[in-house]
Amino acid sequence: MEKSTKSELLVAALENGTVIDHIPSDKVFSVVNLLGLNNIHKPITVGANLSSKKMGSKGIIKIADHYFTDSEVNKLSLIAPNIVLNTIKNYEVADKHTISMPDEIKGIVKCANPKCITNHEPMSTRFAVVDKVNGVLRCNYCNKEISIEEIKLL
Amino acid sequence: MINMEQSGKSLISLEELSKGEILELLRHASEFEKEPNRKILDGKVVATLFFEPSTRTRLSFETAVNRLGGRIIGFSDASTTSSTKGESLKDTIMMVSNYADLIIMRHYLEGAARYASEISPVPIINAGDGANQHPSQTMLDLYSIQKTQGRLDNLNIYLVGDLKFGRTVHSMLIAMRYFNPTFHFIAPNELKMPNIYKEFCKEHNMKFYEHSELSKEAIADADILYMTRVQKERFTDLMEYERVKDTFILRNDMLTDTKPNLRILHPLPRVNEIEQDIDTNPKAYYFQQAKNGLYVREALICNALNML
Ligand SMILES: [Zn+2]
Repeated sequence: MEKSTKSELLVAALENGTVIDHIPSDKVFSVVNLLGLNNIHKPITVGANLSSKKMGSKGIIKIADHYFTDSEVNKLSLIAPNIVLNTIKNYEVADKHTISMPDEIKGIVKCANPKCITNHEPMSTRFAVVDKVNGVLRCNYCNKEISIEEIKLL
Repeated sequence: MINMEQSGKSLISLEELSKGEILELLRHASEFEKEPNRKILDGKVVATLFFEPSTRTRLSFETAVNRLGGRIIGFSDASTTSSTKGESLKDTIMMVSNYADLIIMRHYLEGAARYASEISPVPIINAGDGANQHPSQTMLDLYSIQKTQGRLDNLNIYLVGDLKFGRTVHSMLIAMRYFNPTFHFIAPNELKMPNIYKEFCKEHNMKFYEHSELSKEAIADADILYMTRVQKERFTDLMEYERVKDTFILRNDMLTDTKPNLRILHPLPRVNEIEQDIDTNPKAYYFQQAKNGLYVREALICNALNML
């Protein structure tokens, strides 16, 4: 390995698995919950309040021997837009990309409209992402739009 | 989702209809107007489930079923049904779909009809879901416009009254996107057309102008004057309500210089926003408009059952 910045050393410590980087420090445990990491029985390292040139302070999570599908990680875009996902194979970064908003979000998010059917029936919510840049969702049922700042997770 | 293959075509929102489908449904409605009594639905059972009472809409749908020769089951007020005992909407729909070939439902919750259409093995017609959608009302508005103007294209449509909360005027914008209208929005400041709908107009190249007063001059170029109620409950500022409450009333003398083809529509019920003496003016069309609902609903019911 030629380059060796601090963060890459952290990454390099993993032989195979996933590194979720550039998590805002106050969202680290939301990421743990959203990905259901407490149900993954593999070595997991959680770091918070680490210094970052770009962000001032950041969190990082490393999960050994486990990979996520795009739809699993895309929901992280609901809590922070610039989270970076690294896939590690044989101590090397095999893939690295910033997660993006999916076109559709099923479950996870609660509709903000108290008169929406989803808040009264035992059913899952569904939203179309109508504006990926500003983070605007539209409920598939009541058609009300909610912005990412006012999102409540289920 | 329980239902993968529904036996017909649900109608939940007008947004899902193409221009061709809208025109085709209107054409069928005009056929039903010529001959409203047909035994097409002989042997069919239609359920009208009104979780929220709406006598006007229910009578119109039930008359349509009767004139088509079908049978009706259902309820007109949820307080007499098991949903007050805590039964879920899903359970009610699954139960009723065992008996009926089509479910026409009105519900106070938004998105209820969409959800019902996802789980029901029989088609659903949305007869209103809270403040959200009421597609049969919009279809009868379109039918009335087409019938009185001879066309839907290139019309000057004036929407008056509560443009903020008025479900019918919002659906009108969405439905007219195929027909190059010019809109005029006439509303008190507190009840102006919301930005999201003005953006919709821009996206679909529909011209619109805003007015804060209803006057003779403002409506001179109108082909359609669509009146709605200005309700006191909608105002946060009661001073504003007192100031505007009498200024959004249409009076007969305002109509003297209007175009001869102008027709006045109103989704009804009316309170005082159209003066009674306009009722005999040939430009008044709101009662015929309500009657048109019957023919439109006959077309929507047959379409939902794949019987057109
Ligand atoms: Zn909703």
